[in-house]
Amino acid sequence: MIFLDNLINGLSLGSIYAIIALGYTMVYGIAKMLNFAHGDVIMIGAYIAFCGLQYWGLPPVIAILAAMAVCTLLGVTIEGLAYRPLRQATSLAVLITAIGMSYLLQNIALMIWGANPKSFPRTFINGASIRIGQLNISSATIWTILANIVIMVALTLFTAKTKMGKAMRCVSEDRGAAELMGINVNRTISMTFAIGSALAAIAGVLLCSSYPILQPTTGSMPGIKAFTAAVFGGIGSIPGAMIGGVLLGVIEIFGKAYISTELGDAIVFAVLIVVLLVKPTGLLGKPVREKV
Amino acid sequence: MKKVFALLMAACMLLCGVSALADEAVTLKIAHIGPTTGAAALYGLATLHGAEIAAQEINDANGAFKIELINEDDEHNVEKVINAYNAALDAGAQMILGTTTSKPCEAAGAQGYVDRVFFLTPSASSTAVIEDKDNVFQICFTDPNQGSASAQYIAEHGLGTKIAVIYNNADVYSTGIRDTFVAEAADKGLEIVSETTFTDETTDFSVQVADAQNNGAEIVFLPMYYTPASLILKVAADKDYHPIFFGVDGMDGILGVEGFDTSLAEGVMLLTPFVATASDEKTVNFVAKYQEAYGEIPIQFAADAYDGIYILVAAAEKAGITSDMEPEEVCDLMIAAMQEISVDGLTGSMTWDESGAVTKTPMAATIVNGEYVFE
Amino acid sequence: MTRAKRNRLIYNIVTFVLVIGAFILLQSMIANKSITRSLKGQLVPICCWVVMAVSLNLVIGISGELSLGHAGFMSVGAYTGAVVSGWLLNACAIENTTLRLVLAIVAGGIMAGVMGALIGIPVLRLRGDYLAIVTLAFGEIIRNLVNVLYVGVADGRLAFSFLNKKMPEGVTMLVDGAKGAVKIKPVSTFTAGFVLIMITLLVVLNLVNSRAGRAIKATRDNRIAAESMGVPVTKYKMMAFVTAAALAGMAGALYGLNSSTVVPTQFTFNQSINVLVFVVLGGLGNVLGSVISATLLTVLPEMLRAFSDYRMLVYAVVLILVMIFTNNPLIRSVMNSAIAPLKRTLRGKKQGGDIA
Repeated sequence: MIFLDNLINGLSLGSIYAIIALGYTMVYGIAKMLNFAHGDVIMIGAYIAFCGLQYWGLPPVIAILAAMAVCTLLGVTIEGLAYRPLRQATSLAVLITAIGMSYLLQNIALMIWGANPKSFPRTFINGASIRIGQLNISSATIWTILANIVIMVALTLFTAKTKMGKAMRCVSEDRGAAELMGINVNRTISMTFAIGSALAAIAGVLLCSSYPILQPTTGSMPGIKAFTAAVFGGIGSIPGAMIGGVLLGVIEIFGKAYISTELGDAIVFAVLIVVLLVKPTGLLGKPVREKV
Repeated sequence: MKKVFALLMAACMLLCGVSALADEAVTLKIAHIGPTTGAAALYGLATLHGAEIAAQEINDANGAFKIELINEDDEHNVEKVINAYNAALDAGAQMILGTTTSKPCEAAGAQGYVDRVFFLTPSASSTAVIEDKDNVFQICFTDPNQGSASAQYIAEHGLGTKIAVIYNNADVYSTGIRDTFVAEAADKGLEIVSETTFTDETTDFSVQVADAQNNGAEIVFLPMYYTPASLILKVAADKDYHPIFFGVDGMDGILGVEGFDTSLAEGVMLLTPFVATASDEKTVNFVAKYQEAYGEIPIQFAADAYDGIYILVAAAEKAGITSDMEPEEVCDLMIAAMQEISVDGLTGSMTWDESGAVTKTPMAATIVNGEYVFE
Repeated sequence: MTRAKRNRLIYNIVTFVLVIGAFILLQSMIANKSITRSLKGQLVPICCWVVMAVSLNLVIGISGELSLGHAGFMSVGAYTGAVVSGWLLNACAIENTTLRLVLAIVAGGIMAGVMGALIGIPVLRLRGDYLAIVTLAFGEIIRNLVNVLYVGVADGRLAFSFLNKKMPEGVTMLVDGAKGAVKIKPVSTFTAGFVLIMITLLVVLNLVNSRAGRAIKATRDNRIAAESMGVPVTKYKMMAFVTAAALAGMAGALYGLNSSTVVPTQFTFNQSINVLVFVVLGGLGNVLGSVISATLLTVLPEMLRAFSDYRMLVYAVVLILVMIFTNNPLIRSVMNSAIAPLKRTLRGKKQGGDIA
């Protein structure tokens, strides 16, 4: 019973990591960069949803849509202003810019909303919990797992069937060749950021529905862990991000429950180091050959 | 020539003015040190604002003392606090009201011990703050004191015998209270059935709450600040688990979190020396002034610092501090005076011994319908 | 002497002269008491941050890898230093503070260097941004572990315990879990900080200008080309990374022994980013730049205390702008064409002078 309870908690946490990890993995696959600021886009999304619910009195669905719209715009703007000028630069320069962007977003949030924590309001997502036998499953858990499955299926279909999705796969395979074939690389990368950031808004709402505290640093720890999940699953791979996220969530909860709550985070990061040692490309990642 | 004459006149007038004032009022230069920016700004601003209100009251009263308040920011950082402390002394401070948080206070207090500078901290509550230093005094309870008081209260009022403790093992405050709580609980025949930890970044408390629930805890003791506590209350509600939640003074403020569903906190008990909804004249007056000046309800930190200014004035009066004394001279006089005075403040009536720890009685409050109720 | 060699020599001499000059100036200010209390209190931290920045520059600017856990190595050094110093005082009754400080700094350096090697061996084989991620993870793990580490000294012996505090009777705690390293007797001095900076500069500048340094830079600029020329890439990257970690550990020990207490929260990810800002603003690969920017960015915020709310905001914007301006080909060519005539006139004048 306790085991089942922990498993469900792990799946719920892991599903949130998975949705965040998707954003990292898509951007890495296509733009070949670590978007360090992704976790902070999540935080902005959660704040917008909070404002919608608490100050503007919007219905939950509209608030979430507003958050998605703002985040999409934000993601595309960040890409255009900060990352596009560095398309030819070394990965070190891009990474440092992304870290700068992450700090910029946190500090802007600090100026707008202050350092005092806010409690995320109740919506249909975190309503009454459901009782099955002796198990209590919170409705946020159910919504998170559902959202995870829907997003996974939709993204797989999108990349496999639509023209834009195919373009994305082309760019990720070989940017130069894609450009020669008439694919607009900049637009494709912008589109990737748009989708990733819209998902970030959903992740933000789900994150804050499960753990209803909102601060300017809310996105950073889940962001770093989700990134770990993306590396775990094989960065660049969409199913990899899903599996990596869910597994990491389960490992974190089990580690806390059966090993020690003190070392929960250390266990998560130790997993990352072990994975990189044993299989540097992650669970589902493809080995990359470098050409001269 | 005219200019020189004018200057001389001006200087003379200034001198006369100063000497005239000196007969009437002593100006105390007090430095408030606390985190007024950064992650702990909430607490530093509270102590600063509380002190400002008290200083304003004293200056308006035109009594024997005037207060000149200097503010230095320490960003809740052990390196920055030394800079803040040095900057305060450079600015001419005679004594320090601070620092607000424990670890910085430990570092600055140690430096002050070497330099002979007097510290009165409103809210740095770990024992290390006053240990081995005769120059530091506290207004708040020490953490061990809170831990044992909580265990005693639970035992004496028969709230239950099976207790779960959830604490922040990366935080001095939380671990300090937990240590003595566990020791005192054992003495009182209370059984700790579950003990789990978290850190500053933790948001998922499902494991900790499940552990308490599965071990059948009737009371969950939460020695922590209100942010993680609000998450724990939410998880417990989701799990349909309704023990008595017992908090400490860091829990004060939970009802003020924007968007917080106060029904989650229904029935939570806490030991605290100050609540803003108390109806005595002093509290009502303080809360009204605070709200007018800063637009929010004061937390306990603000009340502690407000008392702090009055305590400093009472001790300075006893010690016969004058405007031109150096910090070194002030320090020893204040140390002696602190042990003789007794101050009746917002947070209770207080006396001190040579250790620097305060003696006052905590009050237990219960949250009913989103408000504190005293027994 | 080739022109490049001469330029390098001048650069190194200027670096040393500036550091020594600043030291002499500050010492004379201390001697005649014309220094403010606030500046005097910052001298040792400044030395620590300079060493941190120069050593991080070795990893980022010279070897071209990003390390996000530099503060983690600093904390390893700080804790090791605190334990060693406390043990020497309690168990060996060494009253000489200089000796204690030197031994503590050496121990801190060794410990952090070993940690650096442990991380470097698996990670530096890999390509891409893995070092950044793993060093970030390392910083977090260290913080987690130190929170549950207890070290005490009793009867001249060190007692360690992990997760729960089980200590023998009559123990003096040196490291007390979340309370951090406690009751440190501060022994750091400005002179020690100065010596540490000089050692750091000697080590880093020597390494950069040696055969190993050229190999490291070749690896940074084109790993595949360097590898096919027979350069043992991993070995040289390891060399730079471990050296940097050891120097950070030494800076950490000096930093820890400057105050009466050290806590894990002083060495967070934010602190690593602070050092990164020093390096980026001083110029990647520019050692003198790191020295100057670390000094200025430590002193300025203290002078502009009122603006500390905006400091991180400004840092973030600086990081982004510096990266875009130095890496975007378009902006670079615009800037070059703006600077070129200026350069030409300068050079023209100089040449004219030569002829005359």
